[in-house]
Amino acid sequence: MTGVNDRAQREDESGAMRKVMVIVIALASLEAAAAGELPDAARQAELTRLVREDCGSCHGMRLTGGLGTPLTAEALRGKPAEALVATVTYGHPGTAMPPWRTMLSEADIRWIVTQLTAGFPEMKR
Amino acid sequence: MILSWRASAATLLVALLAGCAATPLRGTGDLGVVIERASGSVEIVDTTTRGVLGRVEGLGDLSHASAVFSRDGRYAYVFGRDGGLTKVDLLAMRVDRRIVQAGNSIGGAISQDGRYVAAQNYEPGGIKVFDAATLELVADVPSAYGAEGKRSKVVGLADLPGERFVYSLLDAGEIRVTDLSDPHEPKTQAFPAGRQPYDGLVTPDGRYYLSGLFGEDGIALLDTWHPENGSRRIMDHYGRGEEKLPVYKMPHLRGWSVAGRRAYLPAVGHHEVLVVDTATWKEVGRVPVKGQPVFAIARPDGRQVWVNFALPDNGWVQVIDTDSGKVVKTFEAGKAILHMEFTPRGEAVWLSARDDDRITIYDTATLQPLATLPAKSPSGIFFTSRANRIGF
Repeated sequence: MTGVNDRAQREDESGAMRKVMVIVIALASLEAAAAGELPDAARQAELTRLVREDCGSCHGMRLTGGLGTPLTAEALRGKPAEALVATVTYGHPGTAMPPWRTMLSEADIRWIVTQLTAGFPEMKR
Repeated sequence: MILSWRASAATLLVALLAGCAATPLRGTGDLGVVIERASGSVEIVDTTTRGVLGRVEGLGDLSHASAVFSRDGRYAYVFGRDGGLTKVDLLAMRVDRRIVQAGNSIGGAISQDGRYVAAQNYEPGGIKVFDAATLELVADVPSAYGAEGKRSKVVGLADLPGERFVYSLLDAGEIRVTDLSDPHEPKTQAFPAGRQPYDGLVTPDGRYYLSGLFGEDGIALLDTWHPENGSRRIMDHYGRGEEKLPVYKMPHLRGWSVAGRRAYLPAVGHHEVLVVDTATWKEVGRVPVKGQPVFAIARPDGRQVWVNFALPDNGWVQVIDTDSGKVVKTFEAGKAILHMEFTPRGEAVWLSARDDDRITIYDTATLQPLATLPAKSPSGIFFTSRANRIGF
């Protein structure tokens, strides 16, 4: 019979997992920055605004969904990053999700997907 | 004449009391609301003075929002993304009452007699009908379809004569009409529409409902005077097999698409405004435009149609002269022009520029700017002249 202790242990483990993931993502971002693939601070601000305001037209400014699916960290948990990158790049034919490859570079899209999976930042106003 | 000191005192007292009385009487016919999409607030605006009267806060997630007005023009009912429905007192400039009626919603309508307000919901799918005075729930009509009874997202809700509401089911590909003559026993009829209806409009005479389709080139039409004839397809294959361009924001449809005898409709996936004769429902022309049209809105007299666009062209606006059928002005109106609203008889049009935190008011005769107003991340602009228009 699962008990309180089991659940507490699982929560500890998932909390630890989350910390590990944050570190992994941070390291990956540093690597990408070192390789010159990370959008600079100004571009990051533009992309943050684009996702909240324009992706937000369909996905909601709070990313809780609308015509489009929710894009909160919880909603995206378990989805492979490469699949998300492909959806943003090429769209999802047969649905209202368009391809963004003509407006966003690969570095832009990878940064957006990384941020979405970690919990997307708010716009600075 | 010299007043005695008592008379002077009495006069002064009366003057003071009159000054202390509540704000001077005024009408609401020239008022409106501007949605401030990032701060859960609305501005109350005056189209006569071209000014902002005040701000009302506490409307939740307005990152998509739309509004209808009470029959007496006193209240705006604002439907928010988070399923919030807020009744705003335009004169007292405060929230009269507010409920959260669904998980995710995009708009609503008011009934023919003004007694009911209906919300169209994505989650859970369906429409809900509320008492317009108290916002108490009166009817709940799920948008269940198919063998499994799944619920579809609902779009394109509008009022019809006869205490009815008409709407489209995005996932089910249907048009539905719900009769609320007996609000405790709503009666619903369903009609096929086509693939992925994204919005709908009722013609100003309240007769025809058009359901715009995203999943195919065409529009579904229902003659609500003869529902027994069912729905039919118009503008079929309007894309003519040409490659569909990406759609970065869905177009929006409402009765302001109709100018005189014609409807001006955004093509989906083509940079065109389609022109349809509303007597024959045949295409009579199309106007090539700068980008994917989001709104194509007719001036109240029908002589102009103003068009705005999705990314990457969302800073641009074009004006079509309906007499010649040609674009007469193309201009950059600001950063992220989200919406356009004409004053009641159309001498001016108000444009919202989300990323400029600004409303710009244009003279529709000269096409020149008249004034600007500050607004925080403005999106939709709604004037009270909608209060007594069928389908608004």
